[in-house]
Amino acid sequence: MSNRMINILVPVISVILGLLVGAIVMAVSGYDPILGYTALWNGIFGDSYAIGETIRQITPYILAGLAVAFAFRTGLFNIGVEGQLIVGWFAAVYVGAAFDLPKVIHLPLSILAGAAAGALWAFLPGLLKAKMKIHEVIVTIMMNYIALHVVNALIKTWSGGGDKTERILDSASLRSDFLASLTDYSRLHYGIIIALMMVVLMWFLLEKTTMGFELKSVGFNENASEYGGMKIGKNIILAMVISGAFAGLAGAMEGLGTFGNMYTRGGFTGIGFDGIAVALLGANTPLGVIFGAVLFGSLKYGALNMPNAAQIPEEIVQIVIALVIFFVACGYAIRLLLSKISKKKEAK
Amino acid sequence: MSFLEILYFMAPVSIAYAAPLIFTALGGVFSERSGVVNIGLEGLMVMGAFIGIVFNLFFYDTFGNWTPWIALIAAMVVSAVFSLLHAVASITFRADQVVSGVAINMLGLAVALFLTKMIFDKGQTDFVKKAIPNFNIPGLDQIPVIGPMLFKGVYGSSILAIVAAIVAWYVIFKTPFGLRLRAVGEHPMAADTMGIHVNRIRYIAVVISGALAGIGGAIYSQTMTRDFGHATINGQGFMALAAMIFGKWHPIGAMGAAIFFGFAQALTVVGPSIPFIKEIPTGYLHALPYVLTVLALAGFIGKATGPKAGGKPYIKGSR
Repeated sequence: MSNRMINILVPVISVILGLLVGAIVMAVSGYDPILGYTALWNGIFGDSYAIGETIRQITPYILAGLAVAFAFRTGLFNIGVEGQLIVGWFAAVYVGAAFDLPKVIHLPLSILAGAAAGALWAFLPGLLKAKMKIHEVIVTIMMNYIALHVVNALIKTWSGGGDKTERILDSASLRSDFLASLTDYSRLHYGIIIALMMVVLMWFLLEKTTMGFELKSVGFNENASEYGGMKIGKNIILAMVISGAFAGLAGAMEGLGTFGNMYTRGGFTGIGFDGIAVALLGANTPLGVIFGAVLFGSLKYGALNMPNAAQIPEEIVQIVIALVIFFVACGYAIRLLLSKISKKKEAK
Repeated sequence: MSFLEILYFMAPVSIAYAAPLIFTALGGVFSERSGVVNIGLEGLMVMGAFIGIVFNLFFYDTFGNWTPWIALIAAMVVSAVFSLLHAVASITFRADQVVSGVAINMLGLAVALFLTKMIFDKGQTDFVKKAIPNFNIPGLDQIPVIGPMLFKGVYGSSILAIVAAIVAWYVIFKTPFGLRLRAVGEHPMAADTMGIHVNRIRYIAVVISGALAGIGGAIYSQTMTRDFGHATINGQGFMALAAMIFGKWHPIGAMGAAIFFGFAQALTVVGPSIPFIKEIPTGYLHALPYVLTVLALAGFIGKATGPKAGGKPYIKGSR
């Protein structure tokens, strides 16, 4: 079996194993797995409304996946996508609601505000990593909680003690009557186009520019890169900032497209953490991220149909997603198994 | 309110918040000293918190006043078994330990919420009838100044936590097992050459970390929230991880850092009734422990480097 084949088979097998174990969990808990997965399937593809909503859900997953994947490619683990997404969401909604400008300026400005906020939130962990060698994992985790509480506090202050912000103006909205009418008035918006553009941008940055080469190089081997004349600190900060900007965009999609405002939250959105799963499943490549996002975004949205249609708690899908990450992480075992199987075939 | 009164008020709350962090951070010390990064502490704690509450709810009629303590043991066992997943992935299957830890975190919360909905048919459990009790230590609580600060309203779990830290220090630094544990985390090949089973020691260390994080979670849920829901643990495990780094992978250091973070959390609870601090809106106050953590990591500890072999699977024969 070729290496390329194995690289594709590992995530596929992981997904199948994840769904299988999910089915076993359902069966053991006294639920009907076939009924459960049928409900899941209908939740995703049942009608044009469901398909529209599924694509809407995929949008932030693509961007969150890109954020994690970009950091991974440059040797960093950005576990703070969740927090960067939250501040991006808030910043986008703020600019979208507080200013009154023509659409050609207002919409791009609001989107950029989201990206900038996410980038800023990732800048600090990058700086601490570059200057003081503090591991980015722990700092970004803390920044997640700071983002959650600070944004909640800001929403309270802005709304005068309420629990939601004002709605954004139409001139800042990503809503699309055309896409909505196409999908039985779902909340599908233009964000998906932006997300796909960002996929191309990430590919271009990493594969076609000197900057991308340097970023990857520093991720591979700091010492060699430094010897080659690259500035390690600058590259680490830059990588975090770009990753954070992707995450901030994911938040902007939620704010400007799906919801049009922001509520105070008791806990995380989960999109940022699922972004890790998306990136891993997609082997941290731009194209792979699309596949990962399509899978996990669909699962996540389809799961909402499970409590109603099959009386199964929707958390079962989160269990499946966690298992898939777990199996992808155990890729070594799957590779070992595959090579043994192919060797046996050759022996025959 | 005078300064002393604030201290009388703050100290017991700080120590109460520190107890679960101490247990979990100690778990982290064991795992990481053996060379296995365990970012899954949060998920293991969630599992412990969930099992603690469920056991307490279902067995109160059987065990009466002893229920919370037996619930700790149940949570310890279940989380230890749960941590085996992390051990198998990161030791035997050579998975990226951070990624496997993230999977444990997601899985822990998802499984606990799934079971909560299955058993209770709603998003959170009922409240337990019997939480971990607090009491005044007779005699000692009469000492001026220190008495009301340290010996009034003490949770038994807090005393256990401090004892556990000292025991952990003894085990890691004064016993043959501890020496092996540290050797495996610093230079597994050298340890292997001396006849130490690297992977076996690592398995034991990860399971110990699961057990301790389980106790930590069950203490938290049975003293602070008294029920279990999606936001029960909400970052305690990560804070324990920070305490472990802040304490430079040393049990006593981790305990000190955990008490510091306990104090930071107590501020968010007690803060609204303290002058000066009550001027800060509660939202920002909630962010305070995390801000302090970042500041602590950036400012006070200097360079923190973990065990040398941390994060790398040991592959026999490779250099």
